[in-house]
Amino acid sequence: MLEKHAKLERNSMWLLIFTVIAVSIGGIIEIVPLFRMQTTIEPVKGVRPYTPLELMGQEIYIREGCNTCHSQQIRPLRDEQQRYGHYSLAAESMYDHPFLWGSKRTGPDLARVGGKYSDDWHVAHLKNPRAVVPESIMPSYAFLADKPYGDWRINKRLKALKTLGVPYTKEMIAEAAIDYEAQANPTADASGLLERYGDKVAVRDFDGNPNEITEMDALIAYLQKLGTDVDFTTYDPDYAIKKAPKTAPGHMEKAK
Amino acid sequence: MQALTLSGASDATATAPPKIASAHPVYDEKILKFFTIAALFWGIAGFLVGLVIALQMAFPDLNFAPYLTFGRLRPLHTSAVIFAFGGNVLFATSYHVVQRTCRARLFNDGLSWFTFWGYQAFILMAGLGYVFGVTQGKEYAEPEWYADLWLTVVWVGYLINFLGTLWKRKEPHIYVANWFYLAFIVTVALLHVVNNLTLPFQLGSVHSYSVWAGVQSALIQWWYGHNAVGFFLTAGFLGIMYYYVPKQANRPVYSYRLSIIHFWALIFIYIWAGPHHLLYTSLPDWAQTLGMTFSIILWMPSWGGMINGMMTLSGAWHKLRDDPVLQFMIIALSFYGMSTFEGPLMSIKTVNSLSHYTDWTIGHVHAGALGWVAFISFGAIYYLVPHLWKKAGMYSNKLISVHLWVATVGIVIYISSMWVAGIMQGLMWRAYNEMGFLTYSFVETVQAMHPYYIIRAVGGGLFLVGALIMVVNVWKTIAQPDAVTTGAALPEHA
Repeated sequence: MLEKHAKLERNSMWLLIFTVIAVSIGGIIEIVPLFRMQTTIEPVKGVRPYTPLELMGQEIYIREGCNTCHSQQIRPLRDEQQRYGHYSLAAESMYDHPFLWGSKRTGPDLARVGGKYSDDWHVAHLKNPRAVVPESIMPSYAFLADKPYGDWRINKRLKALKTLGVPYTKEMIAEAAIDYEAQANPTADASGLLERYGDKVAVRDFDGNPNEITEMDALIAYLQKLGTDVDFTTYDPDYAIKKAPKTAPGHMEKAK
Repeated sequence: MQALTLSGASDATATAPPKIASAHPVYDEKILKFFTIAALFWGIAGFLVGLVIALQMAFPDLNFAPYLTFGRLRPLHTSAVIFAFGGNVLFATSYHVVQRTCRARLFNDGLSWFTFWGYQAFILMAGLGYVFGVTQGKEYAEPEWYADLWLTVVWVGYLINFLGTLWKRKEPHIYVANWFYLAFIVTVALLHVVNNLTLPFQLGSVHSYSVWAGVQSALIQWWYGHNAVGFFLTAGFLGIMYYYVPKQANRPVYSYRLSIIHFWALIFIYIWAGPHHLLYTSLPDWAQTLGMTFSIILWMPSWGGMINGMMTLSGAWHKLRDDPVLQFMIIALSFYGMSTFEGPLMSIKTVNSLSHYTDWTIGHVHAGALGWVAFISFGAIYYLVPHLWKKAGMYSNKLISVHLWVATVGIVIYISSMWVAGIMQGLMWRAYNEMGFLTYSFVETVQAMHPYYIIRAVGGGLFLVGALIMVVNVWKTIAQPDAVTTGAALPEHA
């Protein structure tokens, strides 16, 4: 063995090539199947792409590093399901570029925070967390309410995401700026937005300031959407298994 | 065996300084000085930001929105310590080791300086971005596409410069430290490129969308993230161990066979361990189990490396008594052994169900980062400074000792407070009362962390104080009169 290894020690290119082979195997075996196996992401009814306003809210979430302290991934453990709700499904983050599961819970998990608190609570909490939760150690984000949130080339963002596989339609891209306005403006006509993204989309003035759309509007719209796509009263965790053909064990058909 | 002994032959400068020019190529040492000073500078900056965010967790009023909140400063801290401090240490030491063990000057001077200024520019680009809210939101891969592209260019320059020096070598064998450096450089390139594939939504925008989404994005990120630990913070720093520990102890590496097995086993197995960051998540079970299994196996090559480093002191243990630089290195290896045992332990699903999302992870990371990475770096810096600036030794061995003990106490305070905090929080989250309800609301668990966050900040503060003592010592050393020009014999380890 030592003699054979001596060849590698004398030739930098062979050393390099063997190193690349050694470090590639594990990654290939673990990562490549995730793109090929239909079982990686079980299809779930109700999961939809973000509306333009929610998408911009997600961008603020990333910009402020909310994910450094808040996870968005509920594990199938008894206490977590009791505290946060149904465990997270792969499909629920399938349109997140990138994923925002997080790795630390300095604050609570936010995977299903949508609908749990009122918009007013969120505004008060973001402006001064300790006004609502005295023991909180979260920074104050009052400045979000003062920052108008306007032309962000939203249609180009949707277009880029469509290129990456998010199923935005041509109409969604063309109407992105209008949909963006409509979701946070109670006086605007939101029928187009609801038609494109579904009736469950929350349309209202999120930040309590009807005069302009602010970063606060976008962030709260995003938070209120989190975890609300799937209707767990009708969700069947064994759906994919039941749909799999019995003749080909181990290989699951695309369950649609 | 020959390849493993850092024999006097390859470093004859120690015994015959006047013959350097004729017997040896003139090594490029100026570049090493620049990287060493840069490492010290970024080290202090990174530790300081770490202390600031530790205090922010204890006293939230220290957040100054919008630029100086925890969410924006946390990546500034992690990038500054890992990539700015750690990266500059790796550049300094790899450029030093590869020249010495190949008996050749660095491949190309222009490329050397390009990697220096290019890398500092990357650090500035990334760091300024975070403060202004420009981030991809992926841990340890926060820089946006433009900084990533730039780093790729710099890194290719680094690889060419390193490989080129190997090609120029006058020794038949490539010394083991260089295997680790080479594996670190090439694997980091691979991880960086794949994880950071993004699509900027328009030309001229700093923002981009990751090509990967959801589950795939998660696994690719932790394949990257864990191997940033495995290759940046482990393989690279093992390269440091394989050169500087034998040099400082003046003994050959303990076992040649073990270093071969250790090298291949470590780089092959590390890559698989990423999924242990995603246990009990939406990642398919088979991938979680595979990740957990390999994480446990990883314990063995890790300890193989630790044993090889520690046993290098065979027959020279007495040197440990009064050489604080060697003490730094051996304590580093002890922390390496401890955290590479703790890591596999935390990768076991049942343990992870408690530890994940808590401060135990933070404690674990810092046992490795402060105890192993920073301590082996300090050891190498204390070796390098008198060597590069041609001094008889460091200004004060006593100050090295003070640094050692202040920093060690700091680390122990840091990690033990985080163990208690993390395990306590994990247990509080899952506690039920006799009625079958959750005992604690989330915010009660936050409140319980308060004293530990203060204790942790004290530990981190001590670590920073230690590093400042080192800076003073380095400063004073450089200001000393030259040893070489006086014609005096160089100290044993020069």
